[in-house]
Amino acid sequence: MIYDALIAPFTEFEFMRRALAAVIALALGGAPIGVFLMLRRMSLVGDAMAHAILPGAAIGFLLSGLNLFAMTTGGLIAGFTVAILAGMVSRSTGLKEDASLATFYLVSLALGVTIVSIKGTNIDLLHVLFGNILAMDDPTLLVIASNATITLLVLAVIYRPLVIESVDPLFLRTVSRAGAPSHLAFLALVVINLVNGFQALGTLLAVGLMILPAGIARFWSRDITGMICIAVASAILSGYAGLVLSFETKVPSGPAIILTAAVLYVGSVLFGSVGGLFRQMFPGRHLEA
Amino acid sequence: MQRFRFWLICLLLAAAAPLHAQERVNVVASFSILGDFVKNVGGDRVDVTTLVGRNGDVHVYDPAPSDAKTIAGAKLLVINGLGLEGWLPRLLQSSGSKAPIITATRGIAPLKIGSDADPHAWQSVANAKIYVANISDALVVADPADAEVFRANAQAYLARLDALDREVREAVAKIPPSRRKVISTHDAFGYFAAAYGIEFVAPLGVSTESEASARDIAGIITEIKREKIPAVFLENISDPRLIRRISAETGARIGGTLYSDSLTGEKGDAPTYIELVRHNIKALTGALAD
Repeated sequence: MIYDALIAPFTEFEFMRRALAAVIALALGGAPIGVFLMLRRMSLVGDAMAHAILPGAAIGFLLSGLNLFAMTTGGLIAGFTVAILAGMVSRSTGLKEDASLATFYLVSLALGVTIVSIKGTNIDLLHVLFGNILAMDDPTLLVIASNATITLLVLAVIYRPLVIESVDPLFLRTVSRAGAPSHLAFLALVVINLVNGFQALGTLLAVGLMILPAGIARFWSRDITGMICIAVASAILSGYAGLVLSFETKVPSGPAIILTAAVLYVGSVLFGSVGGLFRQMFPGRHLEA
Repeated sequence: MQRFRFWLICLLLAAAAPLHAQERVNVVASFSILGDFVKNVGGDRVDVTTLVGRNGDVHVYDPAPSDAKTIAGAKLLVINGLGLEGWLPRLLQSSGSKAPIITATRGIAPLKIGSDADPHAWQSVANAKIYVANISDALVVADPADAEVFRANAQAYLARLDALDREVREAVAKIPPSRRKVISTHDAFGYFAAAYGIEFVAPLGVSTESEASARDIAGIITEIKREKIPAVFLENISDPRLIRRISAETGARIGGTLYSDSLTGEKGDAPTYIELVRHNIKALTGALAD
């Protein structure tokens, strides 16, 4: 009975196994990024980026028609441009990162709409670009997996400056010059993860699996390493549970995964050991022990 | 003041004059297939504009301000009806158009999908003939001077549709009955299925907007394996990767593209309605033959 519900879908259908592999890879790459985004108060950057890639995708479409590779490459370039420009402006002037990002993504979106209208077509380019977790083919799986690998490796390299800068940027500036390069490398990772996530899984899932687990982890751990581990674990758990939910009920898979993560989030807000509502109401026992 | 009024009147007359000089009837059709019907009936007596162009998805269309302008200048507006153009009522209101609206599906008994009517009635050639008759009647009312031309054109086109209908039936008859079953991402082929006896199973709902759940995909894979369905078809609008995955998992053959809601460009496989039906039936017989 439990076997039928929890394991049989994956042994019986290959597409479920592939979806699970994709979710795990996405969790490994996306959740740590999400934690840093949250610490830097950039949690909404994912949605902004979903719009920012439009001109690149549109140019790719103009050059080679409905070619996924060309459109994704274009999207990556547009995303990089927006992220790097926004990052540079916020580092070299007083403008906050979210404000400069908002400016650049709106400009990018306007540019994209203009380019699309040149071709005079009403195909929803982003709709074409955004994939579905249930339709994992070999190339897409490979892209997500290598993406997760690159993300983890680069994060390992820039981990120290990134952590210090997220917590105390002034201190980092006094002891090292690694701040700017690591910040820009981080923004590049954000873009790669998001664009590949969009292409493979659709906006909701790519952004959701990045941000929600970070929110969950915040309620269970105080140090960044702990947060990252919990974020990855909860992303994998909600991916698995969401797929099972989508298999058992008829909820589409993307929303099912995100809703599962949302349930975990609500649980964490209520019962989390770090700043959860119950802990705040009954702090005494914790201190006595 | 007098003088100003005089010039104003001259200006208005000058602006209105071209409309009178050129006697073609301005007809607006909601999407490309209807536009093709109107062109065939109207011939060189009408100017046809389509709101949703070739290769566009009429289900999720987002009207532009220029569309309101197009409608405002129309003498006749041809729509499919049966809930296909959900975006139209608001556009009509904002355009302030007084043009008569002709619903091309009038007189067709709609198939049901759930509790809603299935709008893709043109997929059966017999229904296409009703479309053409409706459009011809409407054009005759809109431009009585050219009535004879419209009737003659409609007769000629209806004869071609009759031939097309026979062609489709002969092609289907060559497929062994046990193999008359395909999977397509978009269940736009309900009327085609009912008219010609080829069964279509679709992973998505009636609209291209809804997203498939894992349960749906699993159901289809089981269904293909159980019923030994020989072919799956890509659609010119929905996500082809989903179909490729299903095909890889079941060993069903991937057929070519079936065109459902829109014509392709001049150089594409389906620049006119007749070519669209021909292309579809060729793709079907090719994939379903032993």
